[in-house]
Amino acid sequence: MIYLRLFWEFFKTGLLAVGGGLATLPFLSRMADTTGWFTRAQLADMVAVSESTPGPIGVNMATYVGFTAGGVPGAVIATLGLVTPSILIIILIAVFLRNFKDNRFVTSSFRCLRPASTGLIAASGLGVAATALLNAGGAGILGSISWRGVLLAAALLVVTRWIPKTKKWHPIVWIGCSAVVGILFFPV
Amino acid sequence: MAGLWELFWTFAKVGVMTFGGGYAMLPILQREVVENKKWATEEELADYFAIGQCTPGVIAVNTATFIGHKTRGVAGGIVATLGVVFPSLIIISLLAGLITNFSDLPVVRKAFAGIRVCVCVLIFNAVLKLWKGAVKGKLTLAIFLVVTAGALFTKLSPAIFVLLALGLGIGIELFAGRNAKGDEAK
Repeated sequence: MIYLRLFWEFFKTGLLAVGGGLATLPFLSRMADTTGWFTRAQLADMVAVSESTPGPIGVNMATYVGFTAGGVPGAVIATLGLVTPSILIIILIAVFLRNFKDNRFVTSSFRCLRPASTGLIAASGLGVAATALLNAGGAGILGSISWRGVLLAAALLVVTRWIPKTKKWHPIVWIGCSAVVGILFFPV
Repeated sequence: MAGLWELFWTFAKVGVMTFGGGYAMLPILQREVVENKKWATEEELADYFAIGQCTPGVIAVNTATFIGHKTRGVAGGIVATLGVVFPSLIIISLLAGLITNFSDLPVVRKAFAGIRVCVCVLIFNAVLKLWKGAVKGKLTLAIFLVVTAGALFTKLSPAIFVLLALGLGIGIELFAGRNAKGDEAK
């Protein structure tokens, strides 16, 4: 029963993804490997679409995965699975734990959870880099590097990190530019 | 007292206007929830947002649940959450359907090959930003390195690393907390 499995997978993701934004990414990478609902390359596309459309990224990615796995009902169920732990936890906190965020166990846990979550995202980022910057079937590591991809990545790093004026621009601008560069210069 | 429909539509509006992630939502919440609807004060909103960041799940959803619960109890919490995810459901389902239909066209495949490179850079930038708030000192650096290496080189589920980090945080506080109390007693 795919819908039950979808709900459960996203319930776990909502319960364990800490830190917002891309925190669900490591769980979705894992899901790509274990369920076969989508590939890692598709996951990278989902990140791009989720960043360039309205709505919180975490919710958008859940909806996208759910849709890919089970159409519109899948999208609804994955999204509900993702938000159910939030609803339960937040209501519990609102009712019973007025001083939740000042609790010393909470502070200490989050001191350890934040770097762990960052590490997980870094590792799945490297996974995305492998699908984006390496060609399948190249000879050895050097032969399989997509030099066009590396050049584009270098250019994007410059405009998103070093040039003060363009640093503040919304990521959708760079996603759009990269699509154009891909259409003009990338091989099929 | 806000009606449930009003809650739903206000948060649907917040969902549409949140472009990017949890942090993009704060100025919009300030305008809609604090200034227009007066469901919470500026300080309460800051509190809810802080709690939204230190609870698991999507920050935008957590904050919506909190405000909804404050205005209309449990039903309010649920309705506000459904409101905030509603636009994503519609927009993403439409787009995902379109993209699936056209994904075999060479032009679409080339565009996404370029976009994927951009996604790497965006993730890299996000990690650097998170790093600044997360890695402060030897312990947090060690956790970051161990988890990154563990996630890269083992097949363990991310859940394992999250639970270990949680256990470590509680363990440290149990141990250090007892010491601190011992010091006070002296």
